[in-house]
Amino acid sequence: MSLATDLPHSEGRATSEASKTHGTGTEKPAPRRRSRQRRERLFQWLFLVPAVVYMTLFFGYPVVKNVVMSFQEYTTSTFFTGEAPWVGFTNYVTVLSSSLFSTSLINTALFTLGSIIGQFVIGLALAIFFQRKFPLNGILRSLLLLPWLLPLIVSSAVWRWILDKDSGALNRFLGDLGIIDTGIPWLTSTSLALIAVVGVNIWIGIPFNLTILYGGLQEIPDELYEAGSLDGATGWKAFRHITWPMLRPVVSVVLVLGVVYTLKVLDIILGLTNGGPANSTQTIATQSYNLSFHEFKFGEGAALGNVLVIISLVFAVLYLRASRRAVDE
Amino acid sequence: MKSAQRTSRPLALAVAALVGLPLALSGCGSSTAASSSEAVTEISVMDYYNNEPDKSFIGDALTKCGTQLGVTVKRETVPGKSLISKVLQQSSSKTLPDVLMLDNPDLQQIAATGALAPLADFKVSTENFAEGVLSAGTYKDKVYGLAPTVNTIALFYNKDILAAAGVTPPTTWDELKAASAKLTAGDQYGLAFNANPTYEGTWQFLPVMWSNGGDEKKIDTKETEQALQLWTDLVKSGSVSSSALNWTQADVKDQFLAGKAAMMVNGPWQIPALDKQPTLQYGVVKIPVREAGQTSVAPLGGEVWTVPQTGNKTRQAKAAEMVACLNSDENQLAMATARNTIPSKTTLSDKFASDNPKLATFTELIKTARARTGQLGEEWPAQATKIYTAIQTSLTGNASPADALKQAQGQ
Repeated sequence: MSLATDLPHSEGRATSEASKTHGTGTEKPAPRRRSRQRRERLFQWLFLVPAVVYMTLFFGYPVVKNVVMSFQEYTTSTFFTGEAPWVGFTNYVTVLSSSLFSTSLINTALFTLGSIIGQFVIGLALAIFFQRKFPLNGILRSLLLLPWLLPLIVSSAVWRWILDKDSGALNRFLGDLGIIDTGIPWLTSTSLALIAVVGVNIWIGIPFNLTILYGGLQEIPDELYEAGSLDGATGWKAFRHITWPMLRPVVSVVLVLGVVYTLKVLDIILGLTNGGPANSTQTIATQSYNLSFHEFKFGEGAALGNVLVIISLVFAVLYLRASRRAVDE
Repeated sequence: MKSAQRTSRPLALAVAALVGLPLALSGCGSSTAASSSEAVTEISVMDYYNNEPDKSFIGDALTKCGTQLGVTVKRETVPGKSLISKVLQQSSSKTLPDVLMLDNPDLQQIAATGALAPLADFKVSTENFAEGVLSAGTYKDKVYGLAPTVNTIALFYNKDILAAAGVTPPTTWDELKAASAKLTAGDQYGLAFNANPTYEGTWQFLPVMWSNGGDEKKIDTKETEQALQLWTDLVKSGSVSSSALNWTQADVKDQFLAGKAAMMVNGPWQIPALDKQPTLQYGVVKIPVREAGQTSVAPLGGEVWTVPQTGNKTRQAKAAEMVACLNSDENQLAMATARNTIPSKTTLSDKFASDNPKLATFTELIKTARARTGQLGEEWPAQATKIYTAIQTSLTGNASPADALKQAQGQ
């Protein structure tokens, strides 16, 4: 920002300087300085305008609208008549006291925790693996990015087929190996569905973790490992005392971003199970979507959406603090 | 000075662009403000038939009616899932099309907003339509939409598999259970239906619930419990795969096509896919009832055509003529034959059934079919959610049918 404001600032001065020499030249210095300052101010604001307009339009407005909506009885009629009676906290009371809320909250927590742990551990392991130099390293690494490149709805459709109980590829494979006799109901058992959905989300999240962590690992100077190995720090010790401390700032960014991304996951769950069976994969995000777009209770959907926003906000603040500390360091 | 200009110009452009963007966006909103005395030469239409062959069948019918009425048809097709959000968006920006197609359970929801015009205002005839069709198109005693053709669900059976097992198509629940059990062997299940956590799962359950006298307004009754017990027994005994909890109707059709299900609950829109496999010999019967003597009540499916309140009476009148034209006897028969659906006028059913023996069972069912919103009106989405929640709770064994229904009703 400072770079950008410096530029017009100095030019502004140059022009006013020019006008002075060609102008009357009898003005007193004090008001001139004030007008110069005012001009600088103006330019500073002008440079902020695009960002401010953009933020207000595409972030401010939807957030404010969503908050307002959550306090209104916002129905299909509202779209035509524009009438949305103010109902105070009724929507919040309804969604928070619903028996489904605790189920969704627990599922959201389990889904997020499971996905993050899985993605991070596998992503880190792969990142360290790809640190080594071996043939096809580059090709394999770019192949691993594939899940990231596929549209989520495509991935979930394919996984839905793989995980099918009767003719799914996974059960066929396990059956052929002689591990199982009858198909495992991955997506239709209340105890397995959440695990299956978490598994698919881990698969989708690995590329992100791998890429960022791999980048972080590349930043660690080789000299540290060389020095460490002289002192006997190799293998696990080198990881514990060199890699991990050096990687910490990257790790905190990956984890917090991962949590925020995972909390709001919608398409994967809708594509795989639609929140079923018997709400065992219903999360706050899917529940909010259902309320708004299937039951047309836009006010309640917005209220539940805001609950999710607040949860994400906690992690966003954590992220900002973590990244500030990283900069400070 | 020169360099200052160079930097400020893109900036000014960017600011202008950002400020102008919403204006440009909202500018799209004010197009249909023609005065009402002008002759109407163009009618805008929106529907969700965005896949072939339906897209062309409907398109042809619209063009034909347009020629007849002396207007050109400007048609927009949107994917089924985004139709309602598009309609809501358009109703808030007052840019609804002249003729709008809606899935019939959504009609009351949209009519309640005041966005639709009653068809009686434009003297559109509602005579001879099946009772269920009219009730689907009616909101607060006024008809807002008419469906040229409708559909429902019935029991498809694989003739070869049933013959080999010596099973005749079931007519009662006991027969259905016995037949399904007998037809389940190895990779093959006796029956396939869908019980997924969407309105489709509710839709497939309605025939057994309604035929047994179940009430969609109050689901914790003996009648509905018996129906849910049947669904639960079929899954528990293994005659229906527990994958039913996650199948769509298209998945159910795939199971039937692959010979992995001897019977299935499905609708006539699957017939083209079934006919593509000439080795498959199938028959269609009504969905069994609990006791012989009960009537099999099927849920009504299909799309209604409506005239939105666009504020221009002349255009609306033309749009109403378009809806009437789509519903003429001739067009109903043509569309029904082409699309494997059933004409919605009962006066046409005898001729249609004899011309299309494959659709005879469905034609018979339409005469008594019930609209999902007939009783519930705008409450349908909330109550349908309760019904599929109860089905899922019971089929997964989380609760007995009675408890599952009680829990869901209380939610």
